[in-house]
Amino acid sequence: MAERERRLTRPGGRVFVARAQVMDADEVARALRRIAHEIIERNHGLDDVVVVGLQTGGVPLAERLVRVLTDIEGVTVPLGSLDVAFYRDDIGLRPVLPEEVTNIPLDLMGKTVVLVDDVLFTGRTVRAALDAMADHGRARAVQLAVMVDRGHRELPIRPDYVGKNLPTRRDELVDVTADGVEIGELADERTAR
Amino acid sequence: MNDRHLLSIADLGREGIEDVMRTADSFREVAGRSIPRVPALRGKTVATLFFEASTRTRLSFETAAKRLSADVMSFAASSSSLEKGESLRDTVETIDAMGVDAMVVRHRSSGVPAQVTAWTSACVINAGDGQHEHPTQALLDCYTIREALAQRRGTEDSQNGADFAGLRIGIVGDVKHSRVARSNVLAFSALGAEVVLVAPRTLMPPSLDGWPVKATADLDSVIPDLDVVYLLRIQAERAGQVLLPNLDEYHERYGLTRERSNRLAAGALVMHPGPMIRGVEIAPEVADLPSSLVTRQVRNGVFIRSAVLFHLLGAADSGEAIDA
Repeated sequence: MAERERRLTRPGGRVFVARAQVMDADEVARALRRIAHEIIERNHGLDDVVVVGLQTGGVPLAERLVRVLTDIEGVTVPLGSLDVAFYRDDIGLRPVLPEEVTNIPLDLMGKTVVLVDDVLFTGRTVRAALDAMADHGRARAVQLAVMVDRGHRELPIRPDYVGKNLPTRRDELVDVTADGVEIGELADERTAR
Repeated sequence: MNDRHLLSIADLGREGIEDVMRTADSFREVAGRSIPRVPALRGKTVATLFFEASTRTRLSFETAAKRLSADVMSFAASSSSLEKGESLRDTVETIDAMGVDAMVVRHRSSGVPAQVTAWTSACVINAGDGQHEHPTQALLDCYTIREALAQRRGTEDSQNGADFAGLRIGIVGDVKHSRVARSNVLAFSALGAEVVLVAPRTLMPPSLDGWPVKATADLDSVIPDLDVVYLLRIQAERAGQVLLPNLDEYHERYGLTRERSNRLAAGALVMHPGPMIRGVEIAPEVADLPSSLVTRQVRNGVFIRSAVLFHLLGAADSGEAIDA
């Protein structure tokens, strides 16, 4: 979502400028490992568990999570990706276009779906994702894993697995990459550097 | 797409064409589901205004709109007040007054969709105007070529843009009267392809100044070099007139006969915008060869039109961004 925020809230030519690193790469890796253990514990193993990353920021995290899960339990966990553009509630309010083609490789009927996103903010992306998922079959349960919960929810949505709770101002941005997690804000391109 | 309307391929440019194709990829995925529908344009109304007969284009737009959960209003000139003498402008303003978000317009006169934009606040999509343009046809043709090229390269997913550099596309037939040819020349060349127009002199535009094309009257001389043979429909009403003395002779010289299809380069693609008249533009058995993309063009038309509707109707009303 951070990447989505950066790309879509930028019509004024504004860019993301990091102010501080809040997690380094090792900390992200450890958080991912803990989340993997929590998922296995909560679901008594990985039977019928499917991991689905949200485009775009959730997808690389979901891929990593699946590798860790496979590493721990020695079983293959199905992996999908979901683009929620057609299900958003802000179509017409700001530019919304699909980033990538959705890829859900199996019917979700009866599965336990772990949705993965990088940053949980207003909850609107997750709301859209729940609707989008419903079109791929009736999951038995849906759980939500995020690397950063930054607060400011606008909908009754809460995560099941959290890498880090990070208090933020509304106008700040959180960026999750392979190198870690950074917090910063949008600045005019000219003053940015 | 920056504008609120799609009147010409020139409105899009290369980047716009590639954007529409990328969104169409997502609609291809939607079409593969058991319920091929998304809620993206719920509450929006799309009106199809066809002042000229067409079933497939109208059905394609209406299916595309329904896949986005938009409401569809269908207007056909033959069953309307036009027959009672109502003017075009009054008809458009009447439909506008009912509250529509997009008008899909086909008319036998060039420029009507552009004129309609002055009479409505809705987005206007040109679904074919006279001898001017048919932009969604060109978009679906580009998309179909891109898909075929991706499959040939073994990459099922054609996520990326489309580069037609080095591709030789021959557009064969009544180029002079063809809006499909006009849109396709713009689209194919925007993506980097080399376009050759093939037509008898009577059916070639009198001037090709400013067109990024080559032209010939001899199909046989170019056929082995073509990567794509794009056949235009011959309008039967023109046959027997001065421009096109008879259809058999046309088939003989410009039809894709069995013999000509054997001389095509390996892997060359055969396309036709439909409706296809077997025995005139194409030999009956050639139309069913695996190299023929005709049914894929029809299928892809729905994805492309969904993408165009989503780009126009889903675009932000204001430039103001809101919180994510």
